[in-house]
This record gives sequence, structure tokens and C-alpha cells, in this order.
Amino acid sequence: MTGGAALTASGIGVSFSGVAVLRDVSLDIAPGEIHGLIGENGAGKSTLGKVLGGYYAASTGTLEVFGARAQAWDPLLALASGVAIMHQELQLVPELTVAENVFLGLEEQRFGVLRRTEVRRLEELMAASGFRLDPNAIVSRLPIADQQKIEILRALAREARIIVMDEPTSSLSRDEVSQLHVAMRKLRDEGRSIIYVSHFLNDILEVADRITVLRDGEHVKTVPAAGETRSSLVAAMLGGGKSETPFPPKVRPVRAEPILEVMNLVSPGGANGATLTVGRGEIVGLTGLVGSGRSEIARAIVGADPAAGGEVRVRGAPYRKRSIRRSAALGMVMSPEDRRKQGLVMTMRTSSNMTLPHLARFAPDGIMRRRLERSRATRLIEHFRVRPPDPNGDVSTCSGGNQQKILIGKWLMENPDIVILDEPSRGVDVGARERIHFAIAELAAGGTGVLLISSEIEEVLGLAHRAYLADGGRIVEEVIPEESSEAELLALLFQHQSRRHEAAPA
Amino acid sequence: MTRFHFGRFLQAYAVLIMIAVLIGALSFLSDSFLTYRNLLNILNQNAPLAIMASAMTLVIIAGGFDLSVAATFAVGSVVSAWIALHVNPYLGLFLAPFVGLALGTLNGVVINALRVHSFLATIATGLIFKGVAIVISDGRLISVRLEDFIWLGRGRFLEVFNAVWIMVAFALVLTFLLNRTAFGRRVFAVGGNEEAAILSGIRTDRVKTATFAFAGFAAGLASVIATSRVALGQAGAGEGMELQAIAAVILGGTSIYGGAGAVWRSLGGVFLLALISNGFNILNADPFYRDLTTGLVILAAIGISVSGRR
Repeated sequence: MTGGAALTASGIGVSFSGVAVLRDVSLDIAPGEIHGLIGENGAGKSTLGKVLGGYYAASTGTLEVFGARAQAWDPLLALASGVAIMHQELQLVPELTVAENVFLGLEEQRFGVLRRTEVRRLEELMAASGFRLDPNAIVSRLPIADQQKIEILRALAREARIIVMDEPTSSLSRDEVSQLHVAMRKLRDEGRSIIYVSHFLNDILEVADRITVLRDGEHVKTVPAAGETRSSLVAAMLGGGKSETPFPPKVRPVRAEPILEVMNLVSPGGANGATLTVGRGEIVGLTGLVGSGRSEIARAIVGADPAAGGEVRVRGAPYRKRSIRRSAALGMVMSPEDRRKQGLVMTMRTSSNMTLPHLARFAPDGIMRRRLERSRATRLIEHFRVRPPDPNGDVSTCSGGNQQKILIGKWLMENPDIVILDEPSRGVDVGARERIHFAIAELAAGGTGVLLISSEIEEVLGLAHRAYLADGGRIVEEVIPEESSEAELLALLFQHQSRRHEAAPA
Repeated sequence: MTRFHFGRFLQAYAVLIMIAVLIGALSFLSDSFLTYRNLLNILNQNAPLAIMASAMTLVIIAGGFDLSVAATFAVGSVVSAWIALHVNPYLGLFLAPFVGLALGTLNGVVINALRVHSFLATIATGLIFKGVAIVISDGRLISVRLEDFIWLGRGRFLEVFNAVWIMVAFALVLTFLLNRTAFGRRVFAVGGNEEAAILSGIRTDRVKTATFAFAGFAAGLASVIATSRVALGQAGAGEGMELQAIAAVILGGTSIYGGAGAVWRSLGGVFLLALISNGFNILNADPFYRDLTTGLVILAAIGISVSGRR
């Protein structure tokens, strides 16, 4: 049944806290193959890569590696079976040398004393593989492309036959990407298999032998790369009209006088000349690929990051020296993208989380008005249908959807005029998503200006009156949702991205 | 499910359970333990440490550590004695807590300016404070046998030592601050998730500095009580109290990772340690085993609190 496949995955399913991320995905990887793995944000491509490398356990399905059934699969066992994974964030020890990193955990020792043979062994390995690096260089001083070579050497030192590369090119220059591709071809020609997870379609098309497309955690197709084009891949990634939940009807603002104007905003964090406006009662979408600077633009607007240049106007008046506090006082708030890291304090109860940005209002003389706090929190909990509906509830045990509702509720408590929502429905269940979408529509209908940041183009098209596309920290297109399709926008984003990469200095 | 709740219960009240067990055992083993006199003495003797541990609770909830409080205590001791001797006894008693407040604030400023973990910063500032105390006292003991100075540490109000009243009042004030004020909310938020606190518009640097200011004030307050009790100011005073205070806070069940805890827990921690010590005295047990036993009890408490956390 394996037919000599290096790796066979059958019926793989993965869910995180009840939300299915992968459903019944099957694929096989041949020896001596570069296998591209693509899909939209959240399609499950990285998750699948991590399952193969043993980092996530599949809840259903089986894995076979070189014909042997993989059981109790974990990173160590995967490595021992010849499967290595290169993470998006490289996992090197920055202060050690190249040789020490490559042989980390594989040091030769005698009576527990290191024999310091790493340099000699690395020379042999480099001679055999053709990669050249200074064995004694300190890793933190090397460019990322070289650090990636270390990861590859590390995989080779462990005699990996299958290497999973998760978004290896996201921080590489064009030049370094070609170097990596040369290396990948070399590994393939030695009979190794590479699983290449990436959202750079051009890169995948350039080097992959076969391509697997995922959509919403499901396998769409596995095809030879030779017959594919960028547009055929985009079409497969998007599928045909799915729209699992209806979006609320759009209420056009009567006259969208601008309430927030941003001009040429530059920040060290990543905004690079962003210009946009949001009108009263308007939902304005902002989307882009990973690394496009969507969130960084928002952070610079509200003052979470310092800005290096540009101008922000609120209700026509220039707003300088921005900070979260001043923004809130002006009625402008931002719900950040990562609810666990940036949004909620998991050790505090629901009501305390909701009132955290508004303490001055709930404690005018420093002493908390706990009854007022409770009643305002209860109102929001009812409005968003948070489960459990308890203002004293423990947020850490709430589901992702309810945490997200609490997070958005926290920012809406003082009826702001401008609301920036960064990924308001990421990783939440369908019910919560629908509730959040209706809340956003209601907000705009009440006259609030909403800047909706989302990596899901569908969400932006479904909710926004107008939408911006971001790339490289600036706005590159403005589109009317009714006149655009998801496929068009995605193609536009890829176009801008590859143009920028080509222009980037090598 | 029941198991889980049992674990949670243990975790939440481990310190009280251990105190109850210890009181039961000591009352059974000795007639002189459960007397008004003995219990009041335990409270009185440990009041300075309890005051410092109460304030340390705020620091730890906000995600920090203060290793300089013992040195602040030493500065408080020599400053209060020196002023009492050369200027005015009352001024000496009054000023030392504010000297502590200033040193604590300085800690906060240093931590924020250098952006280092408070653990590191307060090791350094602690050495500096200690050095200042030695310089002020010229390395000598400052004896203050003045009625106007020693009344605070030795006197009583309504049959109970002044020190105990001060300790109770201070702990109540901090409890109120933590649980009923916006400041308290900020302290919990900073320790629970600093990034979320920053994105909620909380000036986390100020909140952290304030917790260190409280720790410094408490060390100063504790030092005047102790100094007035022994009528002696010395740069060697308070040695080791920073670790005792931290141990008491953790023993009480306040999270070492920040974001959760309570002042009463730290008082529990202080008196659990005090009871062990008192037990050794009362039972005439070999004092060589005291540190060993104390270490085992701390380990047991940590074990219980970890077992409750899933």
C-alpha cells in the first residue's frame, strides 16, 4: 500500500480546543521529492507540517514513515525516524558556534566530557553536502540565510531523510531565497524528501515537484507542479463560493465624513508610509498577507508603537504624541490580534478584564465602584452572549470564542467613536464569529467608525464598505468589496508582494 | 472533578491548613504554647517581618522581586537612630519610613531606566543601600536609650503591643489597596499580563515603581519598630529579612509568576515560619534542626501549591 513512499499520512485530523483545524487530510510524499504545501492563512498548512514533525498530535488518522507505522509520534521519535522540521522561527542557540549548534545533543563524549570533535565532524558533513559555513562563527552574528543552512545541516547531521520546512523564506531576501532553492534541489537529488510549506506561490512553483493545496483544514488536491500556474493555485486555495455563515446586511453610512485620517504613517515597528481614512458609521477593511504590516499600521495609529513620521487626524484635528491612553480619551480604541498575549489578563476575572482600560471611569477617586463595574460588565456579557454569563467568571477557562467576545467587549465598554479590530474572529467557533460580525455591523450602524483588520479576505469583503490592501507597511490598493472577488484580491496581494521582493536589495 | 476541587482547595488554603495543624500539634505537645502571652509574643516579634512581607506581596503580584528591602531596613535603622540621637527622637521615628519610601522609589526608577529584571537591579541597589547604612553609622552601633524613642517598639495600646497594631493596620490598608482600588487592579494586571496591561493604557512602569515604593516604605516602617525595640541602630540590622519575606509570600500561596495573590497569605506565611521557630523553643528541640525543618516545610508548601495547579 505504501508503494515505496517516504511518508504517508492518511485521514489526519487535528482540533484545538474543540475547533477543527485539519479534517481528514491524506497525502503521500515520495523519496527525492520537493512537495509544496500551500493554502490561505488558517488553511492548516503549518499545522500539517507540525503534525508530520511530531509537534502536534493528530486526533485522528495514521502516519507511516518509510513503511513503518508511526505511533506515539513526537519530535524526538520523528527525528529518530528520519523526519526533521525547520521551524518558521529558527530554533538555534544564538550564542553558540555553528558547529556546536549543528551537533547540539549529538556531541561525542567520553566519561561525560565533551571531546570537542564537532568542528571536524562538521567539516566532513559540509564536504559531503556542499554547504559552506565557518564552523566557529557565532550563530547570532550570521545572516538568516546562513542560519537556515545551519538548520539544514542540523537535519543532515541527524540523517534526516524527510525535512519539513515551515515558511523558510519569510525573512529572506530574493537572493537568499534562490540560495535556499539551490540547496533544496541538491537535497532532493540525494534522494531526500522536502515538504515545503509556504505562502509564496512563486517560490513553490519554482522549486516544487508536486503541490498539495489545503483549504479550511481540508485537502483540496495534490498535483504535479508542472501543470499549475499562480491563478490555478489561487483558485484551488479559495474554492468555489463557500460562505459558511451569512454576513449581516451592510448599512451604508449616510454621509461618511472622515473621523480618522492617517497620512504617510511611518513607524520603526513596520508602518512604512500608510495612508487611509475611516468615516463615521463606516466599516473599512484592511487586509494583507503575513508580514504585510497590517497590525503594525494599527499599532502606530493608536500609539501602541511610537511613530517616526506621518500624521494622524481624529475628527479633523491633528493628533500628535499618541498613546493608548490619549487615544482612549479621544474615543479611539484597538482590540489587538492576539487575545492570549496582548488582549486578556488570564489571571483576572471577566469583569476586571473588561474594565481594565477604563479604570479611571470606574474609580474616579481611586476606589473601584464594584456594583457599577458588575452591571456594566453584565450588560456587555448579555450583549455578546458570553458563556458562562458570569462577570466573576474565570477568563482562562472560557473558550476562544468567548474570550474574543470578552476582549472586544472590553474595548466597546465606553462607546468609542473609532474602533480598530485586529483579527476579531481568528480561531473562534462559528457561533461566536457570527455574533462578533453582527456586533461589528451594529457598531457601524450606530455611527462608530470601524477599521477591520483581517487576514481573511472573505471576512473583509463580507463586512466592509470599503477595503484597503496592505503590503510592506503601506496601503497599496483601495477596493470596493461589491466589485471585487476574493480571488482577485488575493492575486493582487501576491503581485504586490513579489514585486516588493524583487525590488528588495539582495 | 472532586479531586480537582480538592486540589484547588488545598492550593488556596495550604498555609492556613498547615498553621492549624501546627497549632494543634504544639498545643498538644506543650502547655506553654497556647497561652495569650506566647501567642502575643509571636505576633509582636514577627510584626516587622510581617510588615515587609505584606508589601513584598504587592511587588511579587506585579511580577517583581525586591532583594534590597533588608538593606533598606538597615538604612532605616541607622537613620532613625542617628536622627533620634542628634536631632529629635520623634523625627527619627517619623522619617525612617519615608527614607525607605525614597529608596524604594529609586529601585523602581532604576529598574525602569535600565530595563532589567528587578531581581538583578535590587541585588545591586541593596548593596549600595547597605553601604550607605555602614557609612552613616560609621560602622558602629548607635545606641538610643531615650524613652521618647523606645516607646514605639516596646509600648502597648489596649493590652496589645504597638507593633501588632501597626502590622494589622498596614496589612489592612494594603489589602484594601489591592482589592478595592484602581491601583490594585493595575498591580494585578501588570503581573498577570504586562503586554495586555500596556495595550490597555496602563503605565506599567509607574505601577511597578509604586509597588517598590511600598516595599521600601514597609522596610523603613519595620526598621523603626525593630530599632526602637532594641534601642539600637546598626547597619547589620535586618540581614536575611529579604529572603524571609519572599519565602513567606511564596509560602502563603502568592504566585511567584505574578498576577495572583493576597496580603493575608503572606501574613500566614510569616506566622507559619514563626510557629516552627517557636515550636523549637517551646519544645526545647535541638535548634540545629530548625533550618532543616523550615526548609522542608517551605518545600512541602510549594509541593502542595504545584499539585493544585492541575
